[in-house]
Amino acid sequence: MSMSFAAQVNSVMAALILLTAFGLLVQRRILGLIHLFAWQGLFLCISTAIVGYITGMHHLFISSLLTLSFKVILLPYILYVLIRKLDIRRESEVLVNIPRTMMIGIALVIFSYHLTAPVTQLSTMVTKSTLAVALATVMLGLLMMVTRRHAVTQIIGFLAMENGLFFAATSATYGMPMVVELGVALDLLIAAFIFGIFFFHINTTFDSLDVDQMAKLKEED
Amino acid sequence: MTAYSIGSEILQILLLLFAAPAFTGWVRTVKCRMQGRTYAGICQPYRNIRKLFAKEVILAENASWIFRSTPYIVFGVTVLIGGIIPFISVDLPFAATADVIALVMLFAIIRFFTALAGMDIGTAFGGMGSSREMTISSLAEPAMLMAVFTVSLAANSTSLTHMVDVIGHGEFILRPSLAFAVLAFIMVHLTETGRVPVDNPATHLELTMIHEAMILEYSGRHLALIEWAGMMKLFLFSVLGISIFCPWGIAASGDPAGLFLSLLLLVLKLAVLGVVVVLIETGLAKMRLFRLTEFLGTAFLLATLGMLSFFILE
Repeated sequence: MSMSFAAQVNSVMAALILLTAFGLLVQRRILGLIHLFAWQGLFLCISTAIVGYITGMHHLFISSLLTLSFKVILLPYILYVLIRKLDIRRESEVLVNIPRTMMIGIALVIFSYHLTAPVTQLSTMVTKSTLAVALATVMLGLLMMVTRRHAVTQIIGFLAMENGLFFAATSATYGMPMVVELGVALDLLIAAFIFGIFFFHINTTFDSLDVDQMAKLKEED
Repeated sequence: MTAYSIGSEILQILLLLFAAPAFTGWVRTVKCRMQGRTYAGICQPYRNIRKLFAKEVILAENASWIFRSTPYIVFGVTVLIGGIIPFISVDLPFAATADVIALVMLFAIIRFFTALAGMDIGTAFGGMGSSREMTISSLAEPAMLMAVFTVSLAANSTSLTHMVDVIGHGEFILRPSLAFAVLAFIMVHLTETGRVPVDNPATHLELTMIHEAMILEYSGRHLALIEWAGMMKLFLFSVLGISIFCPWGIAASGDPAGLFLSLLLLVLKLAVLGVVVVLIETGLAKMRLFRLTEFLGTAFLLATLGMLSFFILE
């Protein structure tokens, strides 16, 4: 595999990550969201491995494997078990309707392209063009957290944001130091467990995972 | 203008006229097979057309010239489009008359006259079909344009023959923008040819129909022409997709020997595409009319993303 072809495959992976980010934004069913999240993790893993191959940095292979085991297998599995236990079938209505969310999403992509353009011009790295996609993925994850009411979908939005950050680290600086990456991966795992516990509590208290219900916790004046 | 270019033009139009029913027949056969029904074979559309040509034309009392001329206009424009899209060879004298934008407009002319004819008779079904068709096309057309513009960006031209030349005969580059454009184009393809998530081609006299509702009043040779044009439209959208996104094998200019290989590859690609269309049709349920905005919105989004990723990633 020649270097230029590897770089092309990397940009295809970046495009696919962007596509899954949009898929997460428009998907209504939770099971579909989990599948899309796993796919995003897989593309991220392949992209990281390719960057590792191009640059010859071996620690990127380790972070690629970490991505594979955590974001493609473990976290989706935990989420899957969670929705099985909580018996969630479908999602409550989204706050903003789907076509409008997509338009906002496109605006965010253009915004992040504009934002990263100066960085891209200065950079000499092979992955410089994917930085805009990484930033867009972070923003789309954030948008997903804002536009959804359901706790589980908000968590998936959060995890997608983390995917975007990881991708940004790979494309801007060829990955963070190993210690940081290991720490983040473990943090995510712990976070997933804590989320699980919280979901159970929210569910038993309110009989629903709609975060709007939490407004009830306010004291009446 | 050489003998080769005129020959390939004639070959294309003949192929369009006589292979389009076979392609429709192939799609129906595969679909029947996949759903476990018995099938009539890929020659059934020819028999249908022959039967309809032999039948008498019955016109409504208040049918105006629009209703009577629409089948001929639709048929003629469809054949014209077949002369423009380079699916056998890029050396087409007709292709210089229209680029991608004009091509989309030609498809719009077909739709315009079909919709007018649907309303002309004054039955409730026709008007309903026309209104639905126009609603859907107003959403599908921008998506279609964006999808082909993405390819135009890669080829630096809106001329179809040039696009095919650059992508099919130039250096192979993996382009993420085209992946998005392909997805968007498939969604538009399903919409424009009235396939399952949008319209059901097999239904007749159902409240959900769109295309069938507009042509409900036609009979005899008029119906034959419209049905034939419909089959050609399916064929044309398929070969348009193939020419833009998978043009490898289409004969270059001044290469008569390449025609045979080009023809062979076209048959192969169409066969595969037919199976893909059937897989999509069998896998999806027909959508509610009001969900279609979401479906076509997604197509538009994908096409726009393709365009953006061309600027970002390439």
